[in-house]
Amino acid sequence: MNKEEKIKQLNEEISIKLEKVDDLKMLNELKIEYLSKNGPVSQLSSFMKDLDNEEKKEYGKLLNELKNNINEKFETIKKKLEDEELNKKLESEKIDITLPSKKTVRGSEHPLNRTIEEIEDLFVSMGYEVVEGPELETDEFCFERLNLPKGHPARDMQDSFYITDEYVLRAQTSAVQARTMLKYGGTKPIKMICIGKTYRREDDATHSHQFNQVEGLVIDKKENKISLADLKGTLEVFMKKMLGENTQLRFRPSYFPFTEPSYEVDCTCFKCGGKGCNLCKQTGWIEVLGSGIVHPNVLRMNGYDPEVWGGFAFGTGIDRLAMFKYGIPDMRYLYTNDVRFLKQFDRKDID
Amino acid sequence: MILSRNFVKDYINLDDNLDIKTIAEDMTRVGNEYDLAEKFINCTNLVIGEIVECINHPDSDHLHICKVNIKSDVLQIVCGAPNARVGIKVIVALAGAILPKGEIKKGVIRGQESNGMLCSIEELGLDNKFLKPEDKEGIAELNEDAPIGEDPIKYLGLDDEIIDFELTANRGDLLSILGMAYELGAIYDKQVKDVDLSHKESNEDVNDQFKIDIKTENCKLFLAKKVKNVEIKESPEFIKNRLMACGIRPINNVVDISNYVMLELGQPLHFYDADNLGDLLVVRMAKNNEKLTTLDNIERILDENDIVIANKEKSVGLAGVMGGLDTEVELTTKDIIIESAIFDGVKVRKTSKKIIRSEASNRFEKGLDPNRTYMAIERACHLLEKYANATILKGICKYDNIKEDDKKITIKYKNINDVLGSNISKEEILDVFRRLGFTYEANEDEAIVNVPSRRRDISIKEDLIEEVSRMYGVDNIKGTLPVMGEKMPNYDNTIRSIRHKMMDLGLNETLTYILINDKEVHKYTLDDFEEIRLLDPITEDHNTLRYSVIPSLFKIYQYNKSHYNKDISIFEIGKGFFKKNGEYGEDQKIAALMTGKYYIGLENECNVDFYIIKGIVEELLDYLGYENRYSFVVPDKIPNEFHPGQVSEINVNGDIVGIVGKLHPKEVKDSVFVMEINLDKLLSKKVGKMKFKEISKFPNIKKDVAFIVDKNIESKDIEMVIKKSGGSLLTNIEVFDVYTGDNVGKNEKSIAYSLTFNDTKKTLTDEEVTEIFNMIISDVEKKINAKLRNI
Repeated sequence: MNKEEKIKQLNEEISIKLEKVDDLKMLNELKIEYLSKNGPVSQLSSFMKDLDNEEKKEYGKLLNELKNNINEKFETIKKKLEDEELNKKLESEKIDITLPSKKTVRGSEHPLNRTIEEIEDLFVSMGYEVVEGPELETDEFCFERLNLPKGHPARDMQDSFYITDEYVLRAQTSAVQARTMLKYGGTKPIKMICIGKTYRREDDATHSHQFNQVEGLVIDKKENKISLADLKGTLEVFMKKMLGENTQLRFRPSYFPFTEPSYEVDCTCFKCGGKGCNLCKQTGWIEVLGSGIVHPNVLRMNGYDPEVWGGFAFGTGIDRLAMFKYGIPDMRYLYTNDVRFLKQFDRKDID
Repeated sequence: MILSRNFVKDYINLDDNLDIKTIAEDMTRVGNEYDLAEKFINCTNLVIGEIVECINHPDSDHLHICKVNIKSDVLQIVCGAPNARVGIKVIVALAGAILPKGEIKKGVIRGQESNGMLCSIEELGLDNKFLKPEDKEGIAELNEDAPIGEDPIKYLGLDDEIIDFELTANRGDLLSILGMAYELGAIYDKQVKDVDLSHKESNEDVNDQFKIDIKTENCKLFLAKKVKNVEIKESPEFIKNRLMACGIRPINNVVDISNYVMLELGQPLHFYDADNLGDLLVVRMAKNNEKLTTLDNIERILDENDIVIANKEKSVGLAGVMGGLDTEVELTTKDIIIESAIFDGVKVRKTSKKIIRSEASNRFEKGLDPNRTYMAIERACHLLEKYANATILKGICKYDNIKEDDKKITIKYKNINDVLGSNISKEEILDVFRRLGFTYEANEDEAIVNVPSRRRDISIKEDLIEEVSRMYGVDNIKGTLPVMGEKMPNYDNTIRSIRHKMMDLGLNETLTYILINDKEVHKYTLDDFEEIRLLDPITEDHNTLRYSVIPSLFKIYQYNKSHYNKDISIFEIGKGFFKKNGEYGEDQKIAALMTGKYYIGLENECNVDFYIIKGIVEELLDYLGYENRYSFVVPDKIPNEFHPGQVSEINVNGDIVGIVGKLHPKEVKDSVFVMEINLDKLLSKKVGKMKFKEISKFPNIKKDVAFIVDKNIESKDIEMVIKKSGGSLLTNIEVFDVYTGDNVGKNEKSIAYSLTFNDTKKTLTDEEVTEIFNMIISDVEKKINAKLRNI
């Protein structure tokens, strides 16, 4: 057999062996077997030294072709086997993506506090300050400084929890009005809301002895003309935000000792939209707010000269707004704190 | 206050086409809310009939088969009333009639056709308190003159309509039909008619027979007149019907007249039996423990804050609240002393709250118009003369200490529009005053308004502005937003951030009551304070203000546990209250309670333990900027409710701001962990602004070390030694393993730390770090008596 035939034979031999390779290990062994220093390809190279120049050139070319051919075949098969191996690995790593995820727990925000935040954000965006006051108040701040002296018939409007003759759990956030006025000393305008817990001596299906109110107070120099129209516009913005864009307001003249004129504000029934139902007692209206122009006595008693200053005040309960907002049918849910209830309020709400 | 349409029609011409609901709504729009507006008797399809034939039902021992003439027809009606008989005029409910108890249908009763029902008064729906026995026992028997075929309700004068108003506390004037007439007059622009006070008087002068003596300044006006020879009988129908429509039970003509005048004019009157009273009437404050038996035959024990009316011997009435039994007008009464007076509203209010709220006391509380006091006594004389044949003595016993000027208020039209944000013309403003019946003197830009004495609620110009807005209607004013002179301060959202941090940590926010049972108030704390109790709690479970928020959360835990909720992680920010050194105070506190599983998820769940809740506390403190400023310290004294081995004070800058720990097994069987921080105290510790710090460009070197120490040594102490010897190049210490067991002694434990070293100025060499590291080891060995453990 001549050298050329040997090359050809070797080429065929390797091709046949390569066809049988089915993993990288075998391929590697084959590579070592044929391409190592003492392997058949190297042996074929050893004939070179016996050849003349012309033959060397010819033979070298064939030998190179053989080497390239073998290398190429090896690479192709190697790549193929590597891909197969990777695919096998990927296949083996396949998981059930429907199994439970691993995550941290997510807490929830009480629906009442959510409502409070919404109200705060609305009023802060309109330039209001958010102030706080004590819940254990004096009779003076809770009533007397709001033009409600002891023995006043309007004190019947709320039966309060007294601690002593002088100390009382605040029956209304209005107590903070007087404190804010005193803080600003009759010299600065006021534009504030106060949101917080309030307490009255009643406990039944529709009243909790503890509930929440928001109080608003706007006072400015008379030349800036803070008016009933401003009060109306403000409450319209407030109620439309809380109860929906279609909400209508009705101002009913009423009586509160701390405001004059005073108005109770009804809004179109949030259950029936004004058609009449059992919630609104067929009237189509639900009373939601108390409001009015700050009484001159209240201004005077708290350091603001009523000839120079004027403004409006309003207040409303939040519990009912929260119940409406989230469709909570019974007030008791708010204070029972069943975790199955609490956990329902664990996501961002749509605006 | 119930408005009777028939009653108020005496004083104002109301359009008959005006629906009662419309009137009620119109009144609501001007500030007078109502509960209900309806017909006084709510029945349809009734006619007057006459029984022309009445035979016993063949198949019944009590039913009758009546033939009833209703003019247009003669109906057969089966009736069970014992008094059904030929010749009587009856009320027939025709088929289709709606009565309070249901609809009347044609039917067959035991084989006999029945085309309607004969009604008793009770069946018309008259309130039980107005019914006489005969009204319930049988069918109503109308007078002979009752016109057959006509409406019996109209014939009986019960064809009235009523509105039940919920009035505001300032509108005492509307507690009278006359006051209602003025209000309706303003709405519908109608003139109010005069009250008829006319009567004859005899030559005898009351002042010759009777004296009054007012001994207390709590009575500002007192009038008395005497009438003789009253004829006590039933009141005329119109008085009875109007009293009933207004919710008052008719008694006899004299008693009814006193109530009638009160309803009509708003002035409560009291009638005394003159013979039982004697010739002197004193108004004074009661003596402590003075006894008086009131009209309802209950002995009342009085004190020096109650105003009483007395004769020579003893008190005979509780001023403004209720009369006494001894001087009550009875069937035998001949002569009457009429009292019309004004007593101090606050005093009457106090007494009535203690004794009984009455129609009279309600009116005194709200304030009375002295003109009506005079008017009422004359009106009573007019009615007594007319309906009780009384002879009225001339003269009046009078005590009048009221110093009241006519109310004149000057108001600028511009002022009204500025406050209302409106543009109401001078003419429209003046028209409101005219409709209200206020006289005025109008100038170019202001009016001087004379406020009638009946409007006790109006005293300043703001009150007049309200009147204008009431009648003009706020619906006609367009809403705007206030434009302020100055900008307001920013909103501090610290508390909100804390709440949201806690939610991010997986806790559920609760909202609990601050009122708790007094037994709970000193729990979970050893702080020294006095609990604050309510004077008048609703229930014992809510009789005291909480000091700690934990009792509130514990209650929520108990509720949830009993409702099969085992995994509970809750928190709340709320107030805790206390009294210290005689001063009341309240602090904002945050508390959390955790039990059961915390992380829920495959391979990821774990039971809450001390370190989880401690981690929550640390996360919160780090978030608020207190990193490296707090420590956990075992308290010297531990509140009984805590597990003595798993509790810690939370110490910030050397001050105790809170507590964290496991609850004692005696307190609760489950593993329940709680924490509480006084936020007012914590947040008073100032934190610097968040600021960038240079990041080291050089690599960290980490070294691990483990020490075997006595079991009772706290890691915190070891860390302090490490930190001290490590100096500024030691940038972090982390515990990565704690071991107790066979490989260490029985009273020992091993704690392993991972230490991180870094120099921001250069790359640290191994030699430099090893030197510090060895120093740390020898310091810990010496100071803590620790052994190095080979790892």
